[in-house]
Amino acid sequence: MEFGPHLLLAVLEGAVTAAVLSLTAVGLSLVFGVMRVVNIAHGEFFMLGAVFAWLMAQWVPGSAALGFFAALVIAPLLVGGLAALADLTILKRIEYDPERTIVATIGLLYIIQQVTLMTYGPDARAVEAPFNQRLALPWVEWGETGLEFYYPWGLSITTYKLAVIGAAGVILMGVWLMMTRTRLGLVMRATQADREMATAFGIPVERVYAVVFGLGAGLAALAAVLIVPIQQAHYLMGADPLLLSFIVVIIGGLGSLPGTILAAAFIGISDGIISVFFSPTLAKILATLLVGLVLVFRPQGLFGTRPA
Amino acid sequence: MAKSEITRRGALQGLAGATTIPLWARYAQAQSSEPLKLGFQVHRTGIGSAYGRWYDRTTQAAVKLINEGGGINGRPVEIIAEDDGTDPKRGAEVLEKFANQHGCDLGFGTLFSHVVIGSAPRAGELKLPYFVVSEGHHVASGMLNRYTLQPGITDVKSQVIAMAPFVADNLGKKVTMIFPDFAFGHNHLDFFTESIEAQGVEVLEKIAIPPAETSFTKYFPRIPRDTEVVYHVMVGPAVLTFVKELGEFFGPSSPEIFGFIDSLEAVDLASPGLEFLEGTYFWEGMPRYAQADQSEHDTFYRAAVGVDDNGASLSDPADVSTYAHMFGCWETLYIIKDAMEASGYQGPADRPALIEAVEAMTEIPESREHPQGDKLFNGKTHQVFGHQFISKVEDGRMVKLHTTSIEDGLYEDEVDYTAQSF
Repeated sequence: MEFGPHLLLAVLEGAVTAAVLSLTAVGLSLVFGVMRVVNIAHGEFFMLGAVFAWLMAQWVPGSAALGFFAALVIAPLLVGGLAALADLTILKRIEYDPERTIVATIGLLYIIQQVTLMTYGPDARAVEAPFNQRLALPWVEWGETGLEFYYPWGLSITTYKLAVIGAAGVILMGVWLMMTRTRLGLVMRATQADREMATAFGIPVERVYAVVFGLGAGLAALAAVLIVPIQQAHYLMGADPLLLSFIVVIIGGLGSLPGTILAAAFIGISDGIISVFFSPTLAKILATLLVGLVLVFRPQGLFGTRPA
Repeated sequence: MAKSEITRRGALQGLAGATTIPLWARYAQAQSSEPLKLGFQVHRTGIGSAYGRWYDRTTQAAVKLINEGGGINGRPVEIIAEDDGTDPKRGAEVLEKFANQHGCDLGFGTLFSHVVIGSAPRAGELKLPYFVVSEGHHVASGMLNRYTLQPGITDVKSQVIAMAPFVADNLGKKVTMIFPDFAFGHNHLDFFTESIEAQGVEVLEKIAIPPAETSFTKYFPRIPRDTEVVYHVMVGPAVLTFVKELGEFFGPSSPEIFGFIDSLEAVDLASPGLEFLEGTYFWEGMPRYAQADQSEHDTFYRAAVGVDDNGASLSDPADVSTYAHMFGCWETLYIIKDAMEASGYQGPADRPALIEAVEAMTEIPESREHPQGDKLFNGKTHQVFGHQFISKVEDGRMVKLHTTSIEDGLYEDEVDYTAQSF
């Protein structure tokens, strides 16, 4: 494949990765920003979203699209509810102590993963996309009569992949509006800024924590529902999103929404380009190296603020 | 610490427990009535789980028949299954459990080549006969040991040698290979490249993909424009995504596609997005769809395992089998039976005699015990050689087009395991 179309394909594939990654990472970043806890089980909430999407596709009668859109609403709600419950029954009991929270969420990771293995099983299961047309993309080159359009071999994307990118954009806009324009967002930001002061002003901090934990997990589940028609639901699928989300959140700055989104776009698209032109392993190596450099030279992340 | 003394309650509990001991245990003093314990190393979880599920069903079906027929040497056969998580390190631990904890007579049933390579050295140390059903060339290459045998399924080297002339004569002269980046995939790379180049075919590009990869479109632009044949073989939980994205990449203008059925094992050919496979070619170790000239042995085997004419489970048409590989478990169990009977196997002390009995085997006729077809076993390399099938997708079914002869897949011995001591 020529360089131009090849690069375009790499960017498009990277954009799909970036879209899903930004949703997952924003969920993780929100939890850390507001609650100051590191949620190791985040990838498993992602996986649960995909598994629930598959279940919905089985249960909802009628067309594949109906099941998928039902999953788009119900899976994040279920996963969010489960996460809020985990917050109330586990994290609250250990008083959000940073070290103990890490250990507790590691435990949660194994519980969710193994229960999924015992019930849903070890197989990768496919969910049908609600729509999926292949779009061949044109490219231009200098021909004998000036600029010419032609369709290079393999340069294509599907309508569903474009829809994933669009949907991620809309959802992120929604999250941003919620954080900046609603009362819930205000309460969250107040809790993030100073927990004790927020308590003093009558904000029910523990309820806010439960909502934030549920919201974070719900965003991961939503990302998984979007990606599952492209990949497949599998009980081990949570590991990669967890690693990449941490990479993104550390580079972007824990708790910074714009930083997280920019870092997700950067990591997703560079991952696409590097894995197309060199190797996927090199893409992971470079991303991890970047994390190391950020931690050494700018520990608060590119867009983070130093905690007071 | 509690004092250990016999209480009335404890004694009663002990008595109650004793009445639940299975019947055979009452004859424990007579060694010949004890069951033979076969340790089944199964990929229940991890990237090989779809194969594991069907290897298990095939094994259970074969053992049921063997026991109904009187067992082996008059003793019933018991399968001790342990999950290896499709993980080499865990695989070696599972063999240790078989040998030291369960007291198994042997281990068998492993598919994924990295697990075989990780486990086989431990089998040699434990002096535990280890019958793999893996396709990998590692047994016949000489890298393993005298305790490891592959008598139920042909290895990749033989498969691709037998297959290459068909690709060269019928599909095209410029090939791009896509294969998983671990031992099994590199067997394909090495031996297919070697044998196809001998046919005057050029291998343009070799694309290695990590077996745990979930997204594939990014690899496909490396397929050169002048490729005439794409040769693909993929494993892992994402094979459906792999094949689907291959179709999306090419769209309507695809080159000839020749795949190893591994890329589609346990996947329904009727899945949405796979329509482009119509008219493409597959290697099959055993035809998934019942063919027009289906043998009575295949009919019998299919029914015994519980597989319908489309290669799916009788109870769930969406549960597609790994038909091209799982016959290996069935046939391996019958090889074990024959060898145990030939050597008069009684217990672990007879393990060397058991291996010598397998090594002495040569021609294996097609039968209910060997429904995939007749085979030739090479005692020196511990590897069996059989027929291979090339199928073409027509109307959403794979139809057998060509059957290779056993001779097509023979190659020179690379090792003589019989020269190694036990």
